[in-house]
Order: sequence, then structure tokens, then C-alpha cells
Amino acid sequence: MAQSSQATGGLTSIPALLQRNAAQFADKDAYREKEFGIWQTWTWAMTEKEIEALALGLINLGVKEGDFVAIIGRNRPYFYWSMVAAQSVGAVPVPVYQDSAAEEMEYILGHCGAKYAIVEDQEQVDKIIEIQEKLHTFEHMVYIDPRGLRKYDHRQLHEFSHIQAQGRAAHDELIGELKSRREKLDYDSTCVMLYTSGTTGKPKGVVLSNRNVIESSKNSAEFDALTGDEEILSYLPMAWVGDFIFSVGQAYWCGFCVNCPESADTMMTDLREIGPTYYFAPPRIFETSLTNVMIRMEDSGDLKYALFHHFMDFAKTAGEKYGMPKRSLAKPDMKRRIKNGWRYAMGLGFAMETIVENGIRMAFTKLRHGSKAREHFKAKDPILLNLYRGNLRDYFKYRMGNVLVYGPLKDTLGFGRVRVGYTAGEAIGPEIFEFYRSLGINLKQLYGQTEATVFITAQPDGEVRADTVGVPSPDVEIKIDDNGEIHYRSPGTFVEYYNNPESTASTKDAEGWVATGDAGFFEEKSGHLRIIDRAKDVGKMADGSMFAPKYVENKLKFYPDILEAVLFGNGKDRCVAFINIDLTAVGNWAERNNIAYASYQELAGHPKVLDSIQEHVEAVNRSVADDPMLAGCQIHRFLVLHKELDADDGEMTRTRKVRRVIVADKFKDLVDGLYDGSTSVSTTTEVTYEDGRKGSISATLELRDAQVVPVASKMAAE
Amino acid sequence: MSNDSYVTDDGRTIGPTVMEMKNITLRFGGVKAITDISFDIREGEIRAIIGPNGAGKSSMLNVISGFYVPQEGEVWYKGAKRPPMKPYEVAQQGIARTFQNIALFEGMTVLDNVMTGRLRQMKANMFEQAIWKGKAEREEVENREVVEKIIDFLEIQAIRKTPVGRLPYGLKKRVELARALAAEPSILLLDEPMAGMNVEEKEDMSRFILDMNDEFGTTIALIEHDMGVVMDLSDRVVVMDYGKKIGDGTPDEVRNNQDVIDAYLGVAHD
Repeated sequence: MAQSSQATGGLTSIPALLQRNAAQFADKDAYREKEFGIWQTWTWAMTEKEIEALALGLINLGVKEGDFVAIIGRNRPYFYWSMVAAQSVGAVPVPVYQDSAAEEMEYILGHCGAKYAIVEDQEQVDKIIEIQEKLHTFEHMVYIDPRGLRKYDHRQLHEFSHIQAQGRAAHDELIGELKSRREKLDYDSTCVMLYTSGTTGKPKGVVLSNRNVIESSKNSAEFDALTGDEEILSYLPMAWVGDFIFSVGQAYWCGFCVNCPESADTMMTDLREIGPTYYFAPPRIFETSLTNVMIRMEDSGDLKYALFHHFMDFAKTAGEKYGMPKRSLAKPDMKRRIKNGWRYAMGLGFAMETIVENGIRMAFTKLRHGSKAREHFKAKDPILLNLYRGNLRDYFKYRMGNVLVYGPLKDTLGFGRVRVGYTAGEAIGPEIFEFYRSLGINLKQLYGQTEATVFITAQPDGEVRADTVGVPSPDVEIKIDDNGEIHYRSPGTFVEYYNNPESTASTKDAEGWVATGDAGFFEEKSGHLRIIDRAKDVGKMADGSMFAPKYVENKLKFYPDILEAVLFGNGKDRCVAFINIDLTAVGNWAERNNIAYASYQELAGHPKVLDSIQEHVEAVNRSVADDPMLAGCQIHRFLVLHKELDADDGEMTRTRKVRRVIVADKFKDLVDGLYDGSTSVSTTTEVTYEDGRKGSISATLELRDAQVVPVASKMAAE
Repeated sequence: MSNDSYVTDDGRTIGPTVMEMKNITLRFGGVKAITDISFDIREGEIRAIIGPNGAGKSSMLNVISGFYVPQEGEVWYKGAKRPPMKPYEVAQQGIARTFQNIALFEGMTVLDNVMTGRLRQMKANMFEQAIWKGKAEREEVENREVVEKIIDFLEIQAIRKTPVGRLPYGLKKRVELARALAAEPSILLLDEPMAGMNVEEKEDMSRFILDMNDEFGTTIALIEHDMGVVMDLSDRVVVMDYGKKIGDGTPDEVRNNQDVIDAYLGVAHD
């Protein structure tokens, strides 16, 4: 480890990297945020000044070394500065999901004993004030947006800019203190504490050291040849480890620019304006984008519709080969722009020339050979590019598609410049994955978790597939135990769960191996890791066959009209499922088919919707039956839920993973109904509104049988 | 008319009277819409006008905004009697309003709509606008900055470039508020700002009204049907029924006023 410390040139903390960047990339953009309709920019030199002022202000406020500072808000430069400023003064930043309810915050702030919080606005201030009495250690709160807060009691409440102003005023007396604290930071001091989303039970505080964060950032940056010229859009929750690594770890290591959207609603517009070169999103974002594209194509004119489908069909085969961006070309310089322009012009010219030439040839051939010619020209592409064969033709056709379809589409989606894109967190549908890749977006999968500082495996360029999660990341060792559970050991392996030695011991053994809780195996041919399911979700059915709910749920979720699915059947003789419809996709479908509906609930219960969901379920059953190991997981009965599963109701984590046990418990009457064979069930469900108030909705749900492929006969046939 | 200031329970300072209605009577032919009504609006306060349907609330607001000229009575504004005025002259005095039925330019974007609220501040003439150098450009930039602050304040960034015609009702109301606010009014008249909204939209709108009052110190006169909202928001309430004033005072006083209760619960009129 001493060796790698030398490899990073003594840069053993994020504040040290900040110093380096401020010296080395002084005038390069470090942060941008869209505010008042304009992208406001801070260079690295300005960033260092801002962070220094804030750090001095925090010392002035009384922040001691080892104190925990909660950071609560959406992605804004001020919060990234707050994290680094907290580190500079020796404190530990603890980012918290900003949409957490007050009780969730109470647990986290109470668990780490946070003395300070830096929050966004009145909403967050109110939440903390609500729970403040129960937090005995809590001292001061700093807010960024003063709106509506003027009348509040300011004894424990401070405005961000005031803290910075106080820091600047006290510069001369405190700078020595700040420097000495900053120098004390080494590779083993705590960099950040992140709370796991808590799929089961209470969230746990994962302590990550500077070594974890910097080594992981360095390795992953080398793996993807990231440079200081990358642009990223930071829009994923700051409390999530991924955002910390991309927007802090890698950004500081490489010195690239972090862009923050104007608000959560403007994300798509901002994405397009920035055109990131390095992009990260959970599968859900890609699914939503694709659904939107498809909905809009349905409404487009005939020519556009035909062009789109023709070229997208073609891209499925050729995109992988001709579309992928070159490694490490972040910003096109003038020369490249001219070259690109030239290529575009050539592409268009070529297309026109071919059409004309083709036409003339066709006319002549027809004159001479009649029927034979017609056959020849029909067999291949109707008008275009019949003259050139094989690779060359595909190459030119893809170029042409790029001008007509792929380029404009990528630009609209904001993916025009993406050189490296990652999706993680959940499995992504093969069709969705293929769609983006065929457009020439280098979308890859990675597998990781908070405890590993993200990276466990990732797909190298050129070895990308929808069903694997790639090879071990640099410096990561992986072993698979007898139960099929994946274990890893890496420089990113977390230090401990804060204040929870039992959990630490049960997760991480003495040699540093960490159990992931996921079951998987290595493919022999490619050496890629494949994930089957959460190890503890994998169960046995009554007849002893394997029960892997995620596998079936993912198959269901790949249909655009299914947003979420929950499979039950552990220990039972057959499987049943809950399904959530996707309001956007199904709503659009309803509109086109003249189906009137007043609410989500009504649409979810519509017989025609149920019919189409049933078709999907039966198609999934057929595909599940193909795998003899999992054929028992076919869905015998299902229902479409009357409400969307929601994090506010505790049914999902804040990272939108289903909490299986809670769902099973909350909708027990429905599960029972599915098993006892009744055709409809009336139920009342408690819902929590965003402001924390509770209400309830009641509904009568139709329970349906789905056709299953008989397993025994299938086995016999083989 | 009072010249003293006081501080409310929640820490806001309410200044002296800024506008006073004295014995206003408004007739349309033989119909008396407003009969002999007097009340005042103090600086920095949120003043509500309530009453059952057809009580004359909107007519009252139209008198304040100069759209109707009352047959009898006087309007005093900032210590001086106001002569009969055109609505645009009233607007120039710093009184802005929103409408019960949304009156936006449907084909224009949200941004352009809000920019129209700044027209009063733009002095460049047609030629300067056409050449687009110097004054016109400078003015546009200055005013755009003000407008962007308001867009940020009302959290409508995501629809900045969306044509208003495509927006749902609740957002249109918010855009209209943004346009009124863009004029930087000293008195803002809101005609049923929450009509037809759901609970969540009402909560948002209430917050914006309170924040507006708090942040910019805008004096607000509003008409509203939702009693809960009125009682929570306003400092003082005028109650009208059949064109007459039947109550005036703090929400608590009004709530316990027998005439008001009768007007709302309904008693036989003779």
C-alpha cells in the first residue's frame, strides 16, 4: 500500500488534490451550475478560494476534527465544496438523501451524532428543527437558500455566505490552524461516511478512507482513460456512493468539470446543453428516455417514422462495429470539427451520388435483363447502396444513418458526446441496452456497491454484453464461495460500518474479503462475471427448485409498460406476482386506443391493460421455462397494483430498490388472495404524502391467472 | 387612515396605510355592484377580500386596478387622492394584478410572457429595438436578470421555454403571478389565485404568496374562496355580501362575526 501512496505522488486526501488542481489547472472550469438561466462557472482557482473561505468559516463556527457534518441537498457546487471544506478541517462529511422524511434523518443524524448540518433551504431546515430536540449532540445548521428563513431564530442557524464571509474575515488568524489540520490528513483518515440505502433494516454508515476513494478513482479513471477534459452532469443523489466517486473522487483526481442542473425538473434540458462525455445513470433513466423516444416516434410523420425504423433496424447489427466512439477523445478541437464536418458532407454527398447512380444503373439493367434485375434489386436494400458489398456498404450506410437519424437523436437525448457511459444498480433490459449501443453510445455495465467504493467489476471497451457485468476492476480480487456468493478484496474495501462492529465483522473477514450478498458466477469463455440475484433473495420453492425473483422481475420490467414487479413464491409450490404499470407508457397507449381514465388506479384496473399485462406475463413464462433450472419460477397468478410502490411509503429504498419483505407484509391480503384462488380482493392501503401526512386509498383488484408452460413435459421433451 | 407601524406575531412589520377606499359605490345601470364601501390597505400586509358569489369582490379589485371608475367615493393612494385613471396608468403607479380567468399570451413562451411584465421598465423605441445595439440590448439584459430571479423564485425553470398554451392550469396561474411580480409592484392584486387548484398546488401557491410578501415586502390584496387559505394567509380580511361590507378585521374577528356566519351559512333575506 505504501507503494500506491507513492504512485499518487503524496496526494493522499481530497483537499490535497484540490491544492494540486488549483495550481495545475487554475483557469480550467471546475464547477458549473445553471442558475438564473445561465451556466455560472467556477474555475479550480476560484473553487479553492471558496472552499478555503468555507473551511475557515467552519473552524470559526467551532467545527473540530472528527466531527460529523451532515450535507443535505440536491446536487449543487456549494454542497461539493462543503464536503471538501469539511474534510479540510478534519471533519467527516455525511451526505444524506434530501428527500428523506424527518424520521429517517433523525436516525442517521442521531446514529453518527452529527454536530453540524449544511442544508439547502427552508424545507430541510424545517425538517431538522422538527427533530432537533431528539438530537442531543446537534449544534449548528448552515443553509444556502435564505428564502423564507429570515424570521427564524438564528442562534443555531447560519447562512452559507455569512459563514464564508466570517471565514474570509478571520483568514489571518485561522489559516495556520487550517493548514496544520489539512496536513494531518493521510491515506488512512476518513474521507466520507455514506449510509447504505438499507434494502433490509436500518441504514448502515459505511466509512470510506482517503485510500479507498483515491485508489478507486485512480484505477477506474485509468481503466476508462478519463482525462481532465471530461464533462459530467451531476444529478444523482449526493448521498449515493456513485455520485461521490464520479463528482468528487474522479473529478478531483482527473481535474474535470462537474456540472449541476438548475433543478431536478430541468435535468433533461441541462443534459442536452452540457453534452457530457462521461455519463452515469441507473437503468431507469435509460428506460424512461427510450420510452419517450418511442412515444414521440409514434406521433411523428410517416417519412420520419420509416427512416427511424429502417436505420434503427440496421444499427442493431452495425452499430457495435461502426458506431463506437474512439477512446479518449473528449473535446473536439478545431481540426476535428473540420474533419467531422467534412465527413458529414461526404456522407450526404455519397448518399445522393449513390441514389442517382443506383437509379441510372437500375434503369439500364432493367432495359437489358428485365425480370432478373428486379429480383436483384428487390433482394437488397430498396433504393440505397446496392452497389457496394459487405463491410464497405455497411460502413457508409452507418455514416449516413449517423447524419440522418443517430446523430440528431443522440443530440436530442443529450448523449451526443458521451464517450464512456455506465449503467449500474440494477440489470438493464437487453433491448434497451442494445438500443443505446447501436446508436453509437459506449454504454457499459458495472457492478459495485458502497462497501467497495463502487467498483467491483466493469466492462472493458469492446467486451460489452447485456447479460454480464464485466471483468474485475483493476486491483480487485474476486472469489466465489461454495454457495455461489461473490466475495471481493480491493483497495476500495471500506474501513468499517460506523459504530457497528458486529455488522462489520459479519461482512468483512480478517483477511479483508467482503461478502457482497449477491450470487453469481464467472463465465468460463469470457471471464466475465454474471450476477444471478441477491443471495438472500434466492430461495427454494416447495418442490426444491430454485427461486430467483430478480431474474423473473427483470424480464417483466423490460416491457415498457411495466415499471416494477415483485415476485413471491419462496417456500411455496408456485409463484405469483405484483405488477406496477408505467403511467407514461400505458397512458400514451390508452390515449392512442381511446381508453378514458381518470386516475392511475383506474388505468391500472382497466381490463384492456390487464389483458396486455397478461400477454407480457405469459411471454415471460415461456422465456423462463426455457431455463430448466428456473422453470419453477413461472408466474401462475398476478395482479396489477392500485398504487405505485414508493419510497415515501417505505416500499422502496431511496435508490428505488424494492423492499421485498415490507411489500409482502403490507399487501399480505393481496398475496393471500393470489394464493387462495379468489378472483378479486378489496383492500385499503395507507399512503404517505410528500409532506409526511398520511392518507389511505382503497380499491378492488382483479386477480388473474396466467398460462404457464408445463415444466414436466418440457423436461421430458428434452 | 393610520400612520403607525406594528409588528405581527410572526415578525413582519406592517407599515402605515398605503391605499384607502372611501365610500365607494359602483353601479352598472340600475344594478348596484358595490354600495358605500370603505377600507384601507396597509403597507406590507396581506389583505383578503372574501364573500359569497356575486358579492362584488372582483368589482372591488377592478376599482382598485382602475378598470372600473366608481360613481361615488374616492380612492386614496400613497396619501393622495387618485383621479380617475386608465388601467395602464394605475399599473405605472406600481399596482399589478392577476386575473380570475387566466389572461396570458398562449402562443408565447413562459419567459416571453414574464418579460411582458417588464415592459413598463423598457424605454427603447422601435428603431433601437430593430437595430438591437446599445440601449435595447442593455435593457433586455437588465430586465432578463430580474425576470430570471422571479423564475427562480417561483420555481418554473423547467418550463422557461415552453409555450404557455401547453401548460396545465396550475402552472399557468403561477406564470401569471410571475408576470405580475415582474412589474415589481408595490401592491399586488390577486384575483382568486387558488381557484381550481388541488391541495398540493394550493399549498405551493400559499407558500409563494407568503414568501413574496416576506422577501420583496410586496403588499398583497387577494380575493379567495378557500376559507382555510384566507384565514391562514391574511393579516386582515374584508367580508362583502351583496355589495356591502359586512365585516372587517383580523381572521379571528371575522370568523366570530355573526353577519359573516350568516352570509356564509345562509339566512333568509327579506
